[in-house]
Amino acid sequence: MASTTAWRRFAQRPLRESLESIALPIGAVLAALVIFGVFCALAGANPLAVYGSIYKAAFGSWSAWQNTLIRASPLMLTALCTALPARLGLVIIGNEGALVVGGLAAVLVGLGLGGTLPGGLVLLAMALGSLVAGGLWIMAAGALRHYRGVNETISSLLLNYIAIALMNHLVQGPLRDPAFVSKPSSYEIDPSAWLGTLPDTRVHWGLIYGLVASALAYILIQRTTFGFAARTAGGNVRAARIAGLPVGKLTLAVCFLAGSCAGLAGMVEVAAVQKRLNESIVSNYGYAGILVAFVARHNPLATVLVSVLLGGILAAGGILQRSHNLPDATVLVFQGIVFLCVLYSESLYGRFAFFQEREVEAEGAVVAG
Amino acid sequence: MSDRNRAFGFSRRQVVRGLLASSAFGLTAKFGTGCAQSPSTGGDAAADGAAPEELVVGFIYVGPKDDYGYNQAHAEGAAAMVANVPGIRLVEEANVPETTAVAETMRSMIEIDGAKVLFPTSFGYFDPHILNMAKEFPDVQFLHAGGLYQEGVHPNNVGSYFGYIDEAQYVAGVVAGRMSKSGKLGFVAAKPIPQVLRNVNSFTLGARSVNPAATTQVIFTGEWAEPVKEAEATNSMADQGIEVITCHVDSPKVVIETAEKRGVYTSGYHADQSSLAPKGYLTGAEWDWSSIYTKLGQDFMAGKTLMAGDIPHILRGGLADNFCKLSPYGPAVTDEAKADGDAAAAGIKSGDLVIYKGPLKTNTGDEVLPADKEMKTNNVELEKMDYFVEGVIGSVS
Repeated sequence: MASTTAWRRFAQRPLRESLESIALPIGAVLAALVIFGVFCALAGANPLAVYGSIYKAAFGSWSAWQNTLIRASPLMLTALCTALPARLGLVIIGNEGALVVGGLAAVLVGLGLGGTLPGGLVLLAMALGSLVAGGLWIMAAGALRHYRGVNETISSLLLNYIAIALMNHLVQGPLRDPAFVSKPSSYEIDPSAWLGTLPDTRVHWGLIYGLVASALAYILIQRTTFGFAARTAGGNVRAARIAGLPVGKLTLAVCFLAGSCAGLAGMVEVAAVQKRLNESIVSNYGYAGILVAFVARHNPLATVLVSVLLGGILAAGGILQRSHNLPDATVLVFQGIVFLCVLYSESLYGRFAFFQEREVEAEGAVVAG
Repeated sequence: MSDRNRAFGFSRRQVVRGLLASSAFGLTAKFGTGCAQSPSTGGDAAADGAAPEELVVGFIYVGPKDDYGYNQAHAEGAAAMVANVPGIRLVEEANVPETTAVAETMRSMIEIDGAKVLFPTSFGYFDPHILNMAKEFPDVQFLHAGGLYQEGVHPNNVGSYFGYIDEAQYVAGVVAGRMSKSGKLGFVAAKPIPQVLRNVNSFTLGARSVNPAATTQVIFTGEWAEPVKEAEATNSMADQGIEVITCHVDSPKVVIETAEKRGVYTSGYHADQSSLAPKGYLTGAEWDWSSIYTKLGQDFMAGKTLMAGDIPHILRGGLADNFCKLSPYGPAVTDEAKADGDAAAAGIKSGDLVIYKGPLKTNTGDEVLPADKEMKTNNVELEKMDYFVEGVIGSVS
């Protein structure tokens, strides 16, 4: 059962197992670096110089950190769209669609209210609009699952295409700004309703949204009866029904919350980055979020860390091309190796004698985990 | 009892296979790019600092540099600039999406590589990303392909350049019209925006100048890169008995290869695709960024800037100004078709041949131009085109 998380183990288990849950992911990343080094050497670059560049470009300076955080912030939100339903045993991959629908709702609200109300209120309305739109979008997949037995993975995936088609239809038709000739786009939202950057940085407020949403999601799932009910239903849906848990309501509510997070990412993308809606909003943040959620084992706090890691890898992508003449797909190879290693390391829990407590009960805890 | 490994849907075998695939990719990537390795720039070239007189120019592409299309055309131009103008060092980044990622790439090129001139080539980079960066770095020049610069509205260190490539499409249309017995031509198009419509119309007008019965069937795919739909459209055109197919999508590779397999003639776009269709490639409308970038590179090295006004903020031109060119004729092209194509190209270059002249009607019967009127290439009305001319089969909406 994947429902117990590294963090719970970290908090509740004896020292050696806590060490295990730290050492294994770090070991996995180190192993990935070694494999990637072989790849770089084959491609004609000095692996040590490449590592140095990656570190410098991703975490080496405050400017590099900002670059990393800018790329990480949408991933924190889209990752929750997969991570939350996963606790219920649902595999939702409609993150991209929920993000697009959220961006669409934000633009509609922003165009409708922008300039008539104070900027803060417009932003609040845009955020609410995107939360509701994204939430309903994924809730639709949850409802199909609960009432009609439709596989939620397939339906949420297909909803992505519908969302993108809907967005394209609107920006090529009713919402289209004729002054933006060669790229169909909506009108620009009023500058008073633009989402700014954090003081003295170039990181926009989306980062705070992501951190707050992740923290709230963590508390909701791990520290409330609602979260306990959801995890129980995820563990064994029949047992949950027999225990009298409202599985249908839980499914719809969790899917709504999940979709809202991705929808909010769409609002941030519109209000802080693009300022108008066009196909640039479809830039794979949703799909990257799925990856983040799985690597983070659907733990809402771990998704933050994994998002920053992925943000750093993406931030380093440019320097690999520019300073080392590596092909542009190199960063994808690196990303793939890191995530494969982290996922593979999952299978190593409990395999090293060093991390086992000497008492018998520790072994039992791993098996039950 | 499910072990953790399975819970995520990865068996050990799959993981091992994945790792092997990654390593294999590494090997192929090495072979694929082996010739592009330059030993001179390695290690910490960026951090070592540049020689004092060196000018660092950054190019940013939205897709891969070898897409046989839009990005390759720019990348070849960039390579030509470096080869032709001494003192320029090129930094490049490919596959950069039109999000904050491109803003970060520009910033990194400026701050880490010391770039003084940037060519972010994708259309969607301009607003808001280039405009924001240009305000923040007023001493860096930003040149953008697309003609979006507005005097007085946009920062002084931004310029735009674009070519009237529909002139080359007209000539390609002449060749296609001559090579097709039935006069049935096909055009795989991405989106119904003015620039695409203009290419379709010019291609059709070219064909109809030599074969008044020629028609162009248009299929829109809806996206700039939609390989599956592009292949479907090409196949359905081949099924209909269409004899020459051209396109306006980001990478014409799929269209050209599919048509070649079906034994249909092709006419390229963006870059030279003759190697993809050794038998059926007739000619193609190509960007000639090599000449434009070389000229700009020489200007930069001579100390000219957008800010000082030495370099115009809007650069435009067609065949005559070397903004675009035609692919060399393929082996199938007859001497008669070559002669007509050359004559049309010469007429356009000299200004004697005007593509849009009356009487001209749309394919729904509305009048575009009366008999005594014409619109020259640089007429801004042509950039708002929202119709198909007579002879095009298809609808703009």
